[in-house]
This record gives sequence, structure tokens and C-alpha cells, in this order.
Amino acid sequence: MITLTDQKKITWFAACQISDVPANGGVCVKYGDEQIALFHFARRGEWYATQNECPHRKQMALSRGMIGTQEDEPKVACPFHKKTFSLATGQCLTGDECNIKTYPVKTEDGKVFIGIEGGL
Amino acid sequence: MKVVVIGNGMVGYKFCEKLKSMAPSVELIVFGEEIRPAYDRVHLSEFFAGKTADDLTLAGLDWYQDNNIRLHLGDPVQSIDRTAKTVHSHKGIIESYDYLVLATGSAAFVPPIPGVDKQGVFIYRTIEDLEMMNAHARKAKTGAVIGGGLLGLEAAKAMLDLGISNTQVIEFAPRLMPRQIDDAGSNILRNKLEMLGLKIHTSKNTSEISGGESITGMQFSDGTSIEVDMLVISAGIKPRDELAKLCGLETGSRGGIVVDEKLQTNDPSIFAIGECALYSGMIYGLVAPGYEMASVVAENLASLPRTGGVVPFGFKEITNIAEFSGPPPSGGRVAFTGYDMSTKLKLIGIDVASFGDPFLTGENIRTVVFEDTMKGIYKRINISADGKELLGGVLVGDAEQYNMLLQTCKNKLVLPPNPEDLVLGSRGGENLAGAGVQGLPDEAMICSCETVSKGAICNAVSELACETMDAIKKCTKAGTGCGGCVPMVKDLMLYTMKSQGKYIRNILCEHFNYSRQEMFDLVKLHELKTYNEVLDKLGKGDGCELCKPPVASILASLWGEMILKKGNDTAQDSNDRFLANIQKGGTYSVVPRIPGGEITPDKLIVIGQVAKQYNLYTKITGGQRIDLFGAHLNDLPDIWGQLIAAGFESGHAYGKSLRTVKSCVGSTWCRFGLHDSVSYAIRIEERYRGLRSPHKLKGGVSGCIRECAEAQSKDFGIIATEKGWNLHICGNGGSKPQHALLLAADLDDETCIKYIDRFLMFYIKTADTLTRTATWLNKMEGGIDYIRNVVVNDSLGMAQAWEAEMQTLVDCYKCEWKEAIENPEIKKRFNHFVNAPEVKDPTVKFETMREQKKVADWK
Ligand code: SRM
Ligand SMILES: Cc1cc2nc3c(=O)[nH]c(=O)nc-3n(C[C@H](O)[C@H](O)[C@H](O)COP(=O)(O)OP(=O)(O)OC[C@H]3O[C@@H](n4cnc5c(N)ncnc54)[C@H](O)[C@@H]3O)c2cc1C
Ligand code: SF4
Ligand code: FES
Repeated sequence: MITLTDQKKITWFAACQISDVPANGGVCVKYGDEQIALFHFARRGEWYATQNECPHRKQMALSRGMIGTQEDEPKVACPFHKKTFSLATGQCLTGDECNIKTYPVKTEDGKVFIGIEGGL
Repeated sequence: MKVVVIGNGMVGYKFCEKLKSMAPSVELIVFGEEIRPAYDRVHLSEFFAGKTADDLTLAGLDWYQDNNIRLHLGDPVQSIDRTAKTVHSHKGIIESYDYLVLATGSAAFVPPIPGVDKQGVFIYRTIEDLEMMNAHARKAKTGAVIGGGLLGLEAAKAMLDLGISNTQVIEFAPRLMPRQIDDAGSNILRNKLEMLGLKIHTSKNTSEISGGESITGMQFSDGTSIEVDMLVISAGIKPRDELAKLCGLETGSRGGIVVDEKLQTNDPSIFAIGECALYSGMIYGLVAPGYEMASVVAENLASLPRTGGVVPFGFKEITNIAEFSGPPPSGGRVAFTGYDMSTKLKLIGIDVASFGDPFLTGENIRTVVFEDTMKGIYKRINISADGKELLGGVLVGDAEQYNMLLQTCKNKLVLPPNPEDLVLGSRGGENLAGAGVQGLPDEAMICSCETVSKGAICNAVSELACETMDAIKKCTKAGTGCGGCVPMVKDLMLYTMKSQGKYIRNILCEHFNYSRQEMFDLVKLHELKTYNEVLDKLGKGDGCELCKPPVASILASLWGEMILKKGNDTAQDSNDRFLANIQKGGTYSVVPRIPGGEITPDKLIVIGQVAKQYNLYTKITGGQRIDLFGAHLNDLPDIWGQLIAAGFESGHAYGKSLRTVKSCVGSTWCRFGLHDSVSYAIRIEERYRGLRSPHKLKGGVSGCIRECAEAQSKDFGIIATEKGWNLHICGNGGSKPQHALLLAADLDDETCIKYIDRFLMFYIKTADTLTRTATWLNKMEGGIDYIRNVVVNDSLGMAQAWEAEMQTLVDCYKCEWKEAIENPEIKKRFNHFVNAPEVKDPTVKFETMREQKKVADWK
């Protein structure tokens, strides 16, 4: 049983198949009323997930952004005004926009799982 | 030590920033009357040009929290008890202080004219003022501004931005900007403003504002009157000294809190800074002197324990300041000794600057004046009689030399033998006037808002490896205030890099050490076909949003393959990746190609049907075709399916590629038409459709010299002559319009197309990324003559190869949208949710306007 008070507990939910996500790009995952951007950084063999909303103009768009690195820090650029955010920490790398939320990701049996703290 | 600040404006904020950086443990409490944390008032007008309150914010609420500053917003202080050393706020908070800083700024001065309280009369100082103006402007048709000074003219520009093209400026003095510029400069400025449609009245005194509840007109003391339904009063500023007066601090007879060079009032525990402070009989109505005042007080307060002798030398003294509440500062290390009031402004796109003493005259002064009434340029410099020293000046219409002149004046640099070169440029000779940035001494103050010297900037470049403007801004803060020094900082950066032997190339980004032109050649040479191959072969790391689009564009220009295949989809800019332009809110636009602007009634009906079915907003574009806005990502494939079935194809409105070839109706209908411009435009549009290039491409074909297709504003423009076609190239609209130049005259159909083939291939091969043809031409050594030599005379011997390459691209053209909907792998990407393909983005919201939908505004 998972309880909400157990903050450290992570619930993994199956988001999609690995093949649903374009290599080196992102997709948007629906989790209840939340929108999560899921990225497959295939060049680095890494997966990342962040909130889909860009804090700059509150646009649901980060999953459609280009990903890349800045001095080895993986990042995503919002398609609207190219503000960039670290995929690893959620920190805004351009200016003072607020940081974005990140989620842990794991893959198993061809499926991608996103970890939600506290759980359902 | 406990410091209370009253006023959270630009200067109040700067004070907090400075004090906290020098003495982080000080207890700091701020009261602000406005509901927002301090914002950039200097750039207030940009609010009307699309900036939001957030964009203008200097630091967000989290900054105050992170720095342990208690900020009470929307809560003005109402009284100060100097004996108990407490302040009392509107909401009833009582806060004690060791030191009190008044940073209450100023308010607009409103002359006592009968009727100023009517609806539709505004002042221009806060974001709230602008929001109210915005609401009223929707109903207003005619506007007026009282005041022809700096702020009045800004307000007049705001009225124009708000769409009130019939706006008048009323100035009491005999000329505009009487405090900054001289008569001749004012006249030039006036002419230029009148050309922009502003009506200017000088020596005019308003006696009454007429109307009922709302303003309908203005009466003047000379008996004349005008009708207006919106008025902004901008007749000067009035320092906000009401609190100071109330608690018995000394104030000036015309307002302002009297301070000494420590910015201390007659109560040693109370300081005043910014626009409320009266120093040596003067109110400094600019932000830079206010910042200087903030620094002086912060530095003196931070060094208190030292001067008070409480704490020994060493690191501790700063942390211990928390406990310090000793006697008021006596010494203090730094002082405010007045400030240079030089300014450079851009008023309605017109540069106006003055520096030093602009008005000097007399026997010991040489004045050099340059005036061009046609172009609207006026320059005046005042020089000492011996010709050695620059003392001041005025620039109107062209202030490019402002930074250099200001530095020359402030640093007393020795003038060149012909000082007039300073404003005229050197004529004929090799040497440019003055010595340029390298001639400045290291102490020269480049950014006066943030007090950054030349030495500090050069040091950031050479020692701290700041080699971009962003890096310099982050590291030194130079250029983050009013922004006026940015061009000079850039020059200093380039100069320092050059002097270190660094060859400055426009490399793509940290992943590729090549320019676009070099990349183009290398990708071709190595026959690379995917972004990943290019990165592996020519670059390092994992790429980014700066190098992906240009590389993807090069691949498309070279090989003409479908842009979303071979894993190149995620290397495309988001608009290319989804084959549509993203809109506010996250929906997309649909722009089918309508070559030459010609369309059959049946096709028009299909567009109407599709728009109805998917509830799309429709508009005729500036490019002679129809844009359908507000399509959900999920609907794009179906919408395009229907359009393609009806014979439409992608219009590439999303790509850096050919947009439209605009046509006029031409000889088929027009009585002046020399040739069939529509048929030729369609032929050309169909030839180059889908072609990827460094930036977008536009063409035009006009049937005669009346030029109804505006071909001379296009990247390539063709105009019919008695004998054939004249081909013009490198025209541009956009923010820096430029007319196209004639490449060749009287060409037949085939030769004209040959020349366009060669010209486009030459451009695609050599231009920097995101460089339109006009900018490419401007940077090209030898200019249009060189291009003509290459394209017409084939001086590089490339003509045949380029024509063949173009033909290959023409032959492999396919409609991208057709391919996308026929390929299930590509088609499945057009969903908002990967795990709920049937659900559209629920956050998208629309409103209704003129019987169509529009997207809800940004939050
Ligand atoms: C729809 C349209 C405005 C309209 O309602 O009329 C338009 C809309 C946009 N223009 Fe434009 N431009 C439109 C005609 C023009 C024109 C007029 C023309 O082509 O005759 C110009 C000036 C001519 C020129 O380009 O030289 C024009 C100069 C620009 C520029 C500035 C280019 C420059 O060289 O400085 C941009 C910005 C850019 O491309 O970087 C731009 C960018 C844009 C973008 C793509 C901005 C964006 O990134 O979201 C707009 C998105 C449209 C969309 O979502 O579909 N638009 N734009 C016009 C579409 C024409 C078409 O049928 O394709
Ligand atoms: C449209 C416009 C354009 C300008 N352009 C330029 C320019 O190009 N270059 C330039 O150098 N300068 C320019 N200025 C001037 C510049 O904005 C001011 O010099 C600067 O803002 C002064 O800062 P300040 O903190 O002293 O005052 P303000 O920024 O006015 O801040 C004072 C704050 O104190 C608050 N306050 C007042 N009384 C109380 C109270 N009792 N309790 C709590 N809070 C209180 C006020 O509400 C206000 O928020 C421009 C100004 C305007 C309006
Ligand atoms: S359509 Fe063009 S001119 Fe109009 S707002 Fe968009 S980019 Fe600016
Ligand atoms: S909305 Fe994301 S950068 Fe502006």
C-alpha cells in the first residue's frame, strides 16, 4: 500500500512504449490532469521527464522542444521563445525563469515508466 | 542592524541588491506602495510593444525571499515616528529601524488645469497607468499629450502604439525637449515627428479640459481649442516628499528631500535616494544617478562597523553587522558628488542624445554644427577654443557616435587634429576619426547604470573568457540597465578578442567549430545525410537548439530529402518538425500554397469548408494567400488530408524556405500590363517551392513599372519591361526594409530563371544562418557588382554546376504534408498525448472576436 504521507516512496507508472518516443526528442504524457514531457536522449542513452508547461508564458510545449547539451548539461529549449532548462535538475539556464519540475524515468521490457513521488 | 526601505522602485531595489551583496546579514524590510515588486520603469513603454509586467520585473518575489528581505507590497508607509524610530504602514504594520532609507521616487506633475479629473485623462508612470490607458484607448480616436519633454514624447509614442494615429503634442515652451537639446536640434526633431504623423504645438498653454464626465476637448489660453478623447499629462515630475514633510525632514521649496553627499537628510538615521532626493538644489530624473546614490548609501552602511570602530578588521566585520546598531555614520567612505546628465534616447525610432554641456556658447568655445534637413540629422559639438577638449554636444536623428563622444568628453581625451571629423566622419582619408574604443583609458565608465569601466569589461573578456554578450552581462552586469552601452561593450569584446589574436568567426555553437558556410562544404564533401552523422563527423558533444536547425537546413538544401526522415525530425526547429507554425496557446496554423495568389472559386470553397469543420480562424495574409489559425496538433493530419485531396499542397509557411511569389494581375487583365506576370509568378513559385535556405525567401513579379506586386521589396523581384524582365535581388521588408537592386535588365523567361537559380545557390552556399538575402548582400565584399560578376558573368565558373544542382532539387520536390500523412510512423507524431492519442490539449482556450475565434491571451 502506498500512502501519500510517505514522501520518499516513488510510484512508477507505465507511460508508453520505448518506440513511441522519437530518438533525441520528446512526447507529452498524460498523467491524470497533469502533463509530463518525456524525452529520449538517445545519443546519450538517457531518459528524462519534466513538467510539460514552460514557466515563461505557461505554455504546454516543452515536449515539442529541441533537446541538446550546454557544456554537457542536458537541456530542452522551449519552442516558443527558446528559454532552456536543464533536463537533469530542471534549472532554467537562460535568465530568471523559474525552474521546472523533473521526474525519474526507467525503462523495462520495452516500456517507459515515470516515477511519481508519493504516488497516486 | 535593521534597515527599513520605503519605496520599491528601481532605486529602492538597487539599494537592496547592493546592501545585501555587501552585508548579507543585515535585517532588511521594504515597504512598497505598488502591488508589484520593482520593475524597469525606463522601458515602461515596451509594455505597449508586447512586453508583460513579468518581463519588466527586476527581480521576482523569490529573490527577496532568498535574500531574506521582508517585502510588504501594496502597503504604503503613512507616517514616520523619528523619536521612536518606527514607521507605520497603511495596513497597520509598525516596524522599527536603525536606519531608514526613503526611495519614494516621484509622481507625475499635474498642473492645476480645470478638468484634469475627467475620465480619459491619464498620467504615465506605473504599469497600472498603462493598463488603464490600454483599456481606454480601445474607445479613443484622437489623443493629446501635454508636455514635449522626454516623457511626453514617450507617451506620444505610446499613443501611436495604442493605435491612436491622430495624436497631438502640446508644449508650453517654445521648443521640444527644452532641457536636453538646443533650438536647431529641436526643430529637426519636430520635423521628423511631424513626418510620422504627430501634430506638434509649442508655446501653447492649456487653460481648460472640456467635456462632461469624460474628456472631449482642450481649450488653450490663446483662444484656440481641439477635440480629443484621450489625454496624457506629462508635464514634469514632482518628488514624493510628503512623508518626509510630515515628519519634519528638511525639503526644498519646489519639492525634494534635502540630502548631503552621503545622501543623509537632516536626521542622521534617515537617507533619501533616487528621484525623491534633492542634492545640491537638483533632482536627478534619471536612473543612473539614482543607482549611484543607492550604491553610496549601501556601501557606507555596510562599512559602518569599521567607521564606528565596533568590529576589528577582517572578514567578520561584515557578518557582525547584524548586531550593529551603534551611532549614526559620521565618516563613511564614499560620497555622491553629482552626476553627469548625458542621455541618449530613442524617441519613436529617432535617436536623440545630449552630453556634457550641450548649450555652451561664447568666445572661448568653438561650436561645430552639422545639419541635414532632408535626412533629419543634426549634430553639434562644443569644443574648447584651443581645439583640445570636447565639452558637450547634441545629436538628433543619428546618434551612432554618442558613446564615443561621451567617453571623449568625460575622459578629456585629446581630440584629433580636425575635431569636426568626430561628427562628420573622416572624409576621404584612411584614418577614422578618433581612436575608437582602444583609445579609451581603462577607467572610462562604459556602463553608467551599473558603473562598469572599460578595464572591467576587457578583463572579463581576457581573464574570465567571456566571449559573448550574454557572458559579459552575467559576469559584469554591463548592459543590463538602460542598454545604451551594449554596442560599445560589443566593440570592446571584439577588440579585446582580436588583440589576443583570436580570429572571430561566426561558429554555429559550442558543438561545431565551423561557420555555416564551412559546414555546408564539409557536409557535401563527406556526403553526410543525417544530423547524427554530421555531429559525429564534424562536431562534438550532443548538439543543441542552435546547431540543429542550420544543420537540418543544410541537409535539406543539399540532398532534397523529406525533412522528417532518417531521424532528422528531432533536429528540426519545432515548427518544421510539425510542419506548421506554433501559435500562442500551442495550436498551429495551416497555410496551403496558393501560387501567385491565384485561386479558383472551388478551392476557396474547400478552404471555407475545412475552416468551418475544424473551427479555424481565417485571414488573408500579407503574402497573398489564406492562413487558417488555431488548429490542434491532433487535427493537422486530417485537415491536410482534405486540403491535399482538393489539390492543395504545403505552403511551407513554417520553414526557412520559399514562401510566396507575389504577383500583380498583369497583361491578361490590366490595361498597362506588358507581360503575363501571374503565369510567370506561378511558374517561379512552383520551381522553388520547398527549397530550404539559410532564411526564408520571397519573390514577386510585376507586369509593369507601376510595381503593384512590390517586387522590389523581395529577395528576388521581377518587373516586366518592353523587352523582357528586369531582375532585382536582395530586397527585404521586415524591421529594416531595403530595396532590391537591379541585377540584370531585359531578360527573356529562361535566362531570368537561370540567373535566379545561380543567385539562390550562391546564397544558400555562402550565407550565415538566419541571414536574409539583404543582409547577406550588405556583408558581401564588393556588393552587388561582385554578385553580378558571379551570377551573370560566371566569374567563379560555378554557373553550370549550380543550375544542375538546382534542377535536381526541383526534380525531387514532393509535398511534405502528403508524405507525412501517408507515412504512419510520421503521422503518429501529430498527437498531443502519446498515451491518449484521441485527447486534444485541454489547456488550449479560445475566445470570440468579430464572429471568429481568437486564442486566449498569455497568462
Ligand atoms: C501570416 C503573416 C501575417 C499576416 O497575417 O498577413 C505572417 C506571419 C508571421 N510572420 Fe511574417 N507574416 C506574413 C507576411 C510577412 C511579410 C509580408 C510579405 O511577405 O509580403 C513580411 C515582410 C516582408 C519580408 O519578409 O521581407 C514578413 C516579415 C516577417 C519577419 C521579418 C523578416 C526579416 O527579414 O526581418 C519575420 C521574422 C522571421 O522570419 O525571423 C516574420 C515571422 C512571422 C511568423 C512566422 C512569426 C512566428 O514565428 O510565429 C508569423 C507566423 C504566422 C503563422 O503562424 O502562420 N515575418 N511577414 C503573413 C504570411 C504571409 C504568407 O502568406 O506566408
Ligand atoms: C515612461 C518613463 C520613461 C523613462 N525613461 C528613462 C530613460 O530613458 N532613462 C533614464 O535614465 N530614466 C528614465 N526614466 C526615469 C526613471 O524611471 C526614474 O529615474 C527611476 O525609476 C527612479 O527610481 P526611483 O526608485 O527613485 O523611483 P520610482 O521608480 O518611482 O520608485 C518609487 C517607488 O516608491 C513607491 N512609494 C512612494 N511613496 C511610498 C510610500 N509612502 N510607501 C511605500 N512606497 C512608496 C512608489 O509607488 C514607487 O513604486 C523614465 C521614467 C518613465 C516614467
Ligand atoms: S504576424 Fe508578423 S508582424 Fe504580425 S505580429 Fe506576427 S510576426 Fe509580427
Ligand atoms: S513560453 Fe516557453 S520560452 Fe516563452
